[in-house]
Amino acid sequence: MNEMFRDKIDISLTVNGEPVEGRVPAGQHLVDFLRGALGLTGAHASCEHGVCGACTIKVNGEAVRGCLMLAAQADGADIWTVEGLSDQGTIKDLQDAFVARNALQCGFCTPGMLVAIDELLGKEGVPSRAEIREHLSGNYCRCTGYEAIVDAVETVARARAQKGAA
Amino acid sequence: MKASAGGYARASSLRDALEMLAASDGSGRVLAGGQSLIAAMNLRLSAGDFLIDISRVGELAGVSETADSLRIGALTPHAEIGRNPLIRHHATLLSQAVEFIAHAAIRNRGTIGGALAHADPAAEFPACVLALGATLHVEGLNGTRDIRAEDFFQDIFETAIEDGEILTGLSVPKAGADERQVIEEVARRSGDYALAGVCLVKRTGGHRVSLFSVGPKPILAKNAMAALDRGDVEGAVEALKAEIDPPSDTQASAAYRRHLAGVLLRRAAARIEGGNA
Amino acid sequence: MSIQFGNPDRPNSYIGKTVPRPNARRLVQGRGVYVDDIVLPRMAHVVFVRSPFAHAKINRIDAEEAMSVKGVLRVFTGKDIAEVCTPWVAVLAHLKGLKSPPEHAIAVDRACWVGEPVAAVVATSRAAAEDGAALIDVDYEQLDPVADMMSALDPQTPVLHPDMGDNLAFERQHEQGDVEEAFRTAHKVVSARFVTGRHTGVTLEPRSILVDWNPAEEQMTAWHATQAPHMIQTVLAKHLDLPESRVRVICEDVGGSYGIKVHVYPDEVATAAIAKIMKRPMKFIADRLESFSSDIHARDHEIEAKIAVGEDGKILAMDVDDWTAIGAYSVYPRTSAIEGNQVVNLCGGPYDFANYRAKTTVVFQNKTPTCQYRAVGHPIAVAITEGLVDMAAAELGMDPVEIRRRNMFKDDAYPVTSPANMRFEGLSHHASLDKLLELMDYEALRSEQAELRKKGIHRGIGIASFIELTNPSPFMYGIGGARISAQDGCTVRMDPDGSVVALSGVTEQGQGTEAMLSQVVAEGLGVSPARVRIITGDTQVTPYGGGTWASRGAGIGGEAALQAARALRDSILEVAAAMLQADQTKLDIRDGAIVDAASGEARMPLEELGRIVYFRGDTLPKGLPRELVQTRHYITSDYPFAFTNGVQASYLEVDTQTGIVRLLKHWCVEDCGRVINPLLVDEQIRGGIVQGLGGALFEEIHYDADGQLLNGSMADYLVPMAAEMPDMIIGHVETPTQESLLGAKGAGEAGTAGSPAAVMNAINDALRPMGAQVTEMPFTPERILRALGSLKD
Repeated sequence: MNEMFRDKIDISLTVNGEPVEGRVPAGQHLVDFLRGALGLTGAHASCEHGVCGACTIKVNGEAVRGCLMLAAQADGADIWTVEGLSDQGTIKDLQDAFVARNALQCGFCTPGMLVAIDELLGKEGVPSRAEIREHLSGNYCRCTGYEAIVDAVETVARARAQKGAA
Repeated sequence: MKASAGGYARASSLRDALEMLAASDGSGRVLAGGQSLIAAMNLRLSAGDFLIDISRVGELAGVSETADSLRIGALTPHAEIGRNPLIRHHATLLSQAVEFIAHAAIRNRGTIGGALAHADPAAEFPACVLALGATLHVEGLNGTRDIRAEDFFQDIFETAIEDGEILTGLSVPKAGADERQVIEEVARRSGDYALAGVCLVKRTGGHRVSLFSVGPKPILAKNAMAALDRGDVEGAVEALKAEIDPPSDTQASAAYRRHLAGVLLRRAAARIEGGNA
Repeated sequence: MSIQFGNPDRPNSYIGKTVPRPNARRLVQGRGVYVDDIVLPRMAHVVFVRSPFAHAKINRIDAEEAMSVKGVLRVFTGKDIAEVCTPWVAVLAHLKGLKSPPEHAIAVDRACWVGEPVAAVVATSRAAAEDGAALIDVDYEQLDPVADMMSALDPQTPVLHPDMGDNLAFERQHEQGDVEEAFRTAHKVVSARFVTGRHTGVTLEPRSILVDWNPAEEQMTAWHATQAPHMIQTVLAKHLDLPESRVRVICEDVGGSYGIKVHVYPDEVATAAIAKIMKRPMKFIADRLESFSSDIHARDHEIEAKIAVGEDGKILAMDVDDWTAIGAYSVYPRTSAIEGNQVVNLCGGPYDFANYRAKTTVVFQNKTPTCQYRAVGHPIAVAITEGLVDMAAAELGMDPVEIRRRNMFKDDAYPVTSPANMRFEGLSHHASLDKLLELMDYEALRSEQAELRKKGIHRGIGIASFIELTNPSPFMYGIGGARISAQDGCTVRMDPDGSVVALSGVTEQGQGTEAMLSQVVAEGLGVSPARVRIITGDTQVTPYGGGTWASRGAGIGGEAALQAARALRDSILEVAAAMLQADQTKLDIRDGAIVDAASGEARMPLEELGRIVYFRGDTLPKGLPRELVQTRHYITSDYPFAFTNGVQASYLEVDTQTGIVRLLKHWCVEDCGRVINPLLVDEQIRGGIVQGLGGALFEEIHYDADGQLLNGSMADYLVPMAAEMPDMIIGHVETPTQESLLGAKGAGEAGTAGSPAAVMNAINDALRPMGAQVTEMPFTPERILRALGSLKD
């Protein structure tokens, strides 16, 4: 149409602490870029209309729907996925709690769930079960019935609070 | 599905964005938080658009105050609306509304300007600004316009924003000392679009009642407002039911929505009178 | 050689303990491998053009414009695919009269539902293939659709498949005793009309398949998100004209199944056919929107039912008239008549009564085909039965607990045959109900309910007893001619260092199969579960088996694993006895070492035995058997199915102004026989309950009168989310099946079977003082207000 608009966009960003460059189609969402171009298959594309939460990733410190952000918009961003968070060890207690409580079955929702929970646990205080449920209300899990996930979050929130208080 | 965009350009300033919009020959779409637009693109409800990404235009973000109003930049995210102390103090209706909007990750990225410009009749913010009597600010290459909320929402997904204009922000009157603001809605699940919703503002000048998800655009229920001014809640409920013409869909019939609007108005009025709003 | 399950101090006591799932650690780190995560060289993507009409003749398909899209490689029509892929007919001989026409992988000249594939576009990316698909020009000629269930057999309704003669796919009536006389003379007769909404499974991972055809080796490899790899191997081989030995189906991680992924889908078979034609890897990942119109649907039933009771509350008779509409085709190879058949088999299940009549009428219509989905038929049958029982209790002024106590089969009555001719080996309805009442503190809850009622707060308590069909024998499918395996196999081998690998024909869909198998093998052999590596989901290496369906993994696959492990134990001990000059019967394997069985004294670590067998076999006696690998297959034979039982309760609050139901708490006590891993069983129950709660309160596929799908997105089809779901208390009674050494029955579907009925009864318990009652699922706020008479138009 005209020179202002590009159908391929060059982006340069940081993913899981590593510098990354790419040339992305204008309409490509961020999760397809992470999965396809970078091989970071931890975040999943499921509904691709922002409802299921399987694609939740961390962008500039906040939990974001990876399917509702264009890769082109991620130029300059600092992005973390479950792979990076795992390597970094910052959610190890949460991952351990998920395994111990069997807060996952098929595991497809889990990476997005963990990123969403990470944001909640970053806030002050120990959330109530109702607050945990409310915070996770945008992350669909067909397998667990949610209770085990709520239990795992509650366990970690309490443990962290105790550790902080000690 | 995979979105199909005609092209993408990132604006560095409002001026830049307006020039891009002018150059796009009517195919330009302003992309802010993208929480509705990108979903629509992924559903291929919208294809081939030329996207003008304004999300980095710093001048459009943030909240400031004057003596009698708040100025809220279009790019202020929902999450910020929810936690901003100025809004929580002077326009609590907006911060209350945030809790009903979608989910945390969407509230991090979705913007109030995007929600208002998208004008989804089931969304909370359009009804809130209507109840608050806010003024919306738009800008084009030819200058700025201020549009009253009553005049801004025109039909389903249609606003008074003209081709070549961008919504830059809104001004909301500060709540008076004894003003009360409440929002009530019923949704099937937390974060879903409401089956019906009511905003109620009681200020010195009288009551203001707006509704969402009961028609093609948010509705100011003037007869209900008048009845509340008379202290007649039941009269307001009856007036309200006559003022709306809700749609029927797979979630709820028109009759149910109309009934619900009445229930919600009663509850909102009770909360206001109860003083915990 | 039996295991002393009753003794918690027995050696190697891993069965019955919560041990962690070996695959969970990987999944929480994002290291799962789902089909869409796999990328192969030269891989292309398939996108299907789907019919926008419920019923239409396909006159012409013009692909010229689509072919001009950059990246589009080829377009296929139904005729192209039919050249390499034969159609299928989904009938079963034992379901007499079931009929369905041949179905092609891509519709050839007529589309029969919104979403049926009519063309395929292959491109180098999914996005390009979608761009191409949008440009395929199909000339449709719309035909009259059959959209309504109850009028499908009316003479004025068009016949969907003219070759079939009418729209009746299947009907069956079962009658036992003198039903007419029982109703005529009963103290009370209560009748109701029940409706269960059309559901779909909404697996978070959409259906996915990646197929590679290597013409040089004449080998097909399919990475498939499936519950039944061997069944898919058999199907692909049959319809693409390949020997089964040349088709390998690999099933790595699967992102949710629940029955959705146990069927043969036309688009998936077409993908394999296209891979074969194009001789390169072909990926098809269903988009969420096409999932709603192409994943199987289920539970679309309308039922008129009545119950006759005596003054003492004894059930005298039940009469059930069930109708279901299955879409345009019976689904291959399990067929779409099973759900209705299950309703006939399961109604009245917990109760000892004499006179029973049930009929199911299964009709075709122009909608997405329905088929087996978690707890097939159970939620429907339990809702009918438990709904009627509660209504009868109310009519008699009897407590819902009391009427159940008076009618449930006594716990010492087994074996018995039910009025539906189901044979029960051993159930525990009374013990389960007692435990439930204790867990929920029924009396206290009733008091609380009464107190709150005075304040205008309307709470309800609902109870639902149920039976669940698990551990199926060939009576379910095999006898009808379907190549669906009811048997399953397991190979257990010991490697030189004493570690153990078990290869099983049952599959892991997230339910914890691998953990369960590792425990069973560990106990059967005498090593720790951590030392057992489980391999599932690869037809090239695992014994032939049925996979995951009808809650059979633990009961069938677990027993095969136990027997294989015990056989390997015998082999190891035979070698050990030779090496140690000892009596084999006096040796045992404990915690990875050969020990003296009586004293527990260590005699030799397994790695030493492995070293000798594999590297110094020359030192062993000539002719000594030394196979440190054993395979066993297991099939049930005494009973067609191992029934389980349970009872659920729901406590909820109804907002009588808005109609919104708030779930406060849920309880379930169930009896799946031997519990192998308590935590995994509890979580199966919880997940299953919530899947049922979705159906009770939220889930419903809507079509309009023209057969248009109205709510095919996750924004419009409401699945249960965290905020609305309750905490759940789970308890167990264990009545092991005597058919197997392990004694395990299935647990995967019990939650889903009973929870909708419990919620229905709880809502009606809350509404009863207001004279209102709901029986149409989902119980939306609007339906509740209409029942209350709050809406006038």
